[in-house]
Amino acid sequence: MLSLRRKTVNAVMLSLTGVCTVLAVGTLLFILGYLFLHGGTSLTLDFFTKLPKPVGEPGGGMANALLGSAKLLLLASCIGVPIGFLGGVYLAEFGGSSFSFVVRYTTDLLNGVPSIVIGIFAYTLIVLPQGHFSTLAGGLALGVMMIPIAIRSSEDFLRAVPVSLREGAMALGASKAKTILTVVIPAAKAGLLTGIMLNLARVAGETAPLIFTAFGNRYWSPGWEQPTAALPVMIYTYAISPYPDWKQQAWSAGFVLLMLVLAINVFARMILSKGGHAAR
Amino acid sequence: MAASSTTNFSARPSGRASTFWQRLRSGDDIAYVVTLTCALTILAITALLVFELYKNSAVPRHQFGWSFLVTTTWDPVAGQFGALPFIYGTVVTSALALLMAIPLGVGAAIFLAELAPMRISNALTFLIELLAAVPSVIFGLLGIFVLVPALVSIEPAIRSVLGWTPLFSGPFYGVSIFSAGVVLTVMIIPFIISISREVILAVPAEQRDGALALGATKWETTWNVVIPFAKKGIMGSIFLALARSLGETMAVTMVIGNEPKIHQSLFAPGYSIAAVIANEFAEATGDLYLGALIELGLVLFGLTIIINGLARVLVLTTTKKGAI
Amino acid sequence: MIRRVFIVNAALVATLIMGVACGQQVPINAAGATFPYPMYSKWFDEYHKKFPQIPINYASIGSGGGIAQVTAGTVDFGASDGPMTDMQMKQFQDKRGSAILHFPTVLGADVPTYNIPGVATALNFTPEALAGIFLGKITKWDDPELTKANPGVKLPSSNIVVVHRSDGSGTTYVWVDYLCKVSKAWEIKVGRGTSVNWPVGLGGKGNEGVSGSIQQTANSIGYVELIYAVQNKMTYGKVKNASGEFIQASLASVTAAAAGIPMPDDFRISITNAPGKGVYPISSFTWLLIPSKIADPTKKKAIKDFLAWMLADGQKMTEALSYAPLPRAVVAKEVKAIDKIQ
Repeated sequence: MLSLRRKTVNAVMLSLTGVCTVLAVGTLLFILGYLFLHGGTSLTLDFFTKLPKPVGEPGGGMANALLGSAKLLLLASCIGVPIGFLGGVYLAEFGGSSFSFVVRYTTDLLNGVPSIVIGIFAYTLIVLPQGHFSTLAGGLALGVMMIPIAIRSSEDFLRAVPVSLREGAMALGASKAKTILTVVIPAAKAGLLTGIMLNLARVAGETAPLIFTAFGNRYWSPGWEQPTAALPVMIYTYAISPYPDWKQQAWSAGFVLLMLVLAINVFARMILSKGGHAAR
Repeated sequence: MAASSTTNFSARPSGRASTFWQRLRSGDDIAYVVTLTCALTILAITALLVFELYKNSAVPRHQFGWSFLVTTTWDPVAGQFGALPFIYGTVVTSALALLMAIPLGVGAAIFLAELAPMRISNALTFLIELLAAVPSVIFGLLGIFVLVPALVSIEPAIRSVLGWTPLFSGPFYGVSIFSAGVVLTVMIIPFIISISREVILAVPAEQRDGALALGATKWETTWNVVIPFAKKGIMGSIFLALARSLGETMAVTMVIGNEPKIHQSLFAPGYSIAAVIANEFAEATGDLYLGALIELGLVLFGLTIIINGLARVLVLTTTKKGAI
Repeated sequence: MIRRVFIVNAALVATLIMGVACGQQVPINAAGATFPYPMYSKWFDEYHKKFPQIPINYASIGSGGGIAQVTAGTVDFGASDGPMTDMQMKQFQDKRGSAILHFPTVLGADVPTYNIPGVATALNFTPEALAGIFLGKITKWDDPELTKANPGVKLPSSNIVVVHRSDGSGTTYVWVDYLCKVSKAWEIKVGRGTSVNWPVGLGGKGNEGVSGSIQQTANSIGYVELIYAVQNKMTYGKVKNASGEFIQASLASVTAAAAGIPMPDDFRISITNAPGKGVYPISSFTWLLIPSKIADPTKKKAIKDFLAWMLADGQKMTEALSYAPLPRAVVAKEVKAIDKIQ
C-alpha cells in the first residue's frame, strides 16, 4: 500500500506542474491576446495587398514586407535546415567522440551570439564585397542563425528514438544509413518538425540581423539582389516612430507575423500527416 | 581530428567486415561524409565569425589589453572602454531567467506530456511555439508598458518577502536587472517547454509501465524514470534557452535601465553586453569605439564558452547525485 | 581616344540593359538618421508619384550607419542628424576620391519632459537647472534654481529621477551639445557624442524607452524629440534661450533658431543655444550626405532633381508631420549648392 507521504508528494508535485503550466501558458496567452487586441482587430485587406503609405495617409499596407519576409525565410531555411539537420544526424548517429563534443559546444556558442553580431558578420561577408544590400545577404544572416537550433533540436529528437527500434532494423540486415533514413527519421518526424518550426518562428521575428543586410525597402524588391522589406524591420521602424497611426500598424504587423508563422506551421504539419505517419 | 574520425569509423557497427566499396554502396559512408561535412560547416562558420570579430577589434585590444575586461568605465567621448558592468549584467540576467524558466518550463512540459489530455496539450504547445516568433521589439514594448508597471505594483509584496536580502534593497524604478530577468524568462520558456515536452513524450511507454507496475506513484515514475530518460534532451533545450537569453538585445534593453554600473541589488538598473552593442553600434564612429563594441561581441563569445562549460560541469555533477 | 569612346558607349549600353532589366527604373538607395525617416519616406513617396521611374528607398539605420554606408559606397547617399567630422570627411575623400556635401533638409528639437505628481503646467528651465540636474548636482525638485524660475508652481521636495537615451542617437547629441555650450562643467566632465558617459540616471531605449520610463516613474525628467512629444501629447517645459526668454519649442521657434545664425558654405553648423529673439535653444538641422561626384548620369540627375524639388515643394509638406521647415535664406543657399554635384 502506498504510504500517506508518498501519496501527498505525488499529489503536491503533480499539482505543482499544473501550476507551472497555468503560469507559463497564462503569460503566453496574455501576450497573444494582447497582440490580437492591439493588432488583429484593426487589420484590413489593404494590409496584405498595398505598399506602405507615408504617415497620415490611410490605407497603406505591408504587402512588400510580407513577400520579403517569406523570401527571406525560404532562403534562410534552404541554408539553415539542411546543414543543421544533417549536422544533427551526425551528432546523434555517428557522434559520441570528442569531436562531437566540440561540435555541440560550438553550436551552443554560435547560438548565443547576439543576432546583431550575425548581421555584422553577413554584412562584412556579402554586402561589403558586393557593394550593395540584398535579399541574399539577409537570407544568409537568418540562415546562419537557424543552424544552431536546427542541429541541437534534430540531435535531441533523433536521440529520443529508442535504441530498440534501431536494433530491430539492423537485425533485419539494414545498413546504418538505411536504418536512419527509414526508421529513425520517420520515428522522430514530429519532433524534428517542432524543431524546425521553433527555429523558423525565432528567425521570423528577428530585426537586428536584417538592418545591415536586407536593409529594408518601401517598394517591391524583384529578384534576390536588391534590398528587401521584411516584417520585423517594418515593425521596428514603425513601432519607434512618433506617429500613432504607424504604431498601430506596427501592432498589426506583429499580429500578421504570428499568423504567417502559424500558417507555415499548419501547412508543414498537413504535408507531414499526408506523408503517412501520424504527426502530432 | 584525424584520430577522432578514425575512432568514429571503427565505432560504427557495420564497419568491420565489409570492404570500403560495400560500405559505400550501402550508403553508410556517404551518409557519414555528408553529415560530417555539415557538422564541420558549423565549426567553419564559427571560426570565421570569431576571426572577423578578432580582426575588427584590433584597435581597442592593443590599447586596453586585458584591462578591458576588469574596468568599469564606458565613456565613448573620452575613449575609455571597460566591459565589466556589461559582463555582470549579462551573467546575472541570464542566471535569473534560467532560475525562473527551468522549473516553470520543465514543470509545464511534464504536465503537458504526462497529465494533460493530448488534444489540449497539442493545442497549447502549438500556441507556445508561436510565441517564439514574437519580434523582440514587441516583447520590449510589452516589457516597458505592461510588465514594468505590473512589477512596480507587486514590488512591495516582493520586498516584504525578500526585502531582508541585500539583493532586493534600494529604490525600484521599474526598469532593473530583475525586470530584464523576467522578460527573458518569458522569452525563453517556449524553447524549454516545447522541446522538453517532445522529448518526454518520446520516452517509451514500457519505461513508465514498468515503474507503475512496480507500485511507483505517477510522480515517482515521472521523476525517477521518465525525466532521467529524457534528461539529455531537456538539457539541450535549456542550453538553447540559455544561449538565447545571453544574446537577446531589444527586449532586454527596454527594461534593464541601461546603466553601466554594478549594483548589489537586483532592483537596481544594469546593462548587458548584447544590449549595449545594439544600442550603440548604429551610431558609433571611429575605429576605437566601433572596435570596442565588436570586442564586446568577442567578450560575449568568451563568456558563452565559460558559462556553457560551467553549466555542463553542473549537469555532470547533478546527474551523479540526482539519478536516484 | 577611340578606346574612351568605346568605354563610354559600353557603359551606356550597360545602363540601358540594366534599366530595361529593372523595368526601366533607377532604384536609388539611401540610409541614415532615424529622426527624419517619416518625413523622408513621405518625400520619396510623393516624388515617386511624380516621377515613377525613380524610386528612392531610404532605410533608417541610424546616423552613424548612414555615414559609414555612404563612405563604404553601399548606398547612393546618406543622411545624418549630426554633421560629419573633418576626419570622417577625409576618410570619405580617401575612399571615394571625391568630397561629400551636406544638405540640410528639416529641423528638429529636443524638449525636456517630466512627470511630477500634481504639476501639469509647462515648467521653466534655465540652462543652469538642466545642466545641474543632468550632472547630478541638483537632486531635488524644490532646488532654488528651479523654484526661482517657476514662481507660483508648487514643486515637491522629492528626489529627481533622471532618464536619458541609452541608444546612440542624434537626439542625445543635440541635448549634450546644448549642455556643453551652457555649462563648462558638463563640457569638461562629460562632453559631446551620440552616446556619453552619463553622470546620473536611467537609460531608456529610443523615445518610447524614455517616455515609458518617465510615465511610470514619479518625479522623473528626461528629454525626447519635439515631434514625439507633440504627437504623443506629452507635457514639456520651456527653456531659457540666449536672449533670456523662456521659450517653448514649436515649429516657428525652431525655424527661428536656424535663421539667426550665419550659415557656412558647407552647411555644417550647430544651432544649439543660437542667439536671437524667440529662438528655441535646443534645436538642430538634419542633413542629407551626398557625394560630390556621382558616376551614373541617371542617378545624378535624379538626385539633383530631388534636391531641387525637396527645397521647393517638399518644404511645404513638413508642418503636417510636425517637422520645422528650413528658413528661406538657407533654402536659397542650398539651391545654389546643388550645382556642386557633378
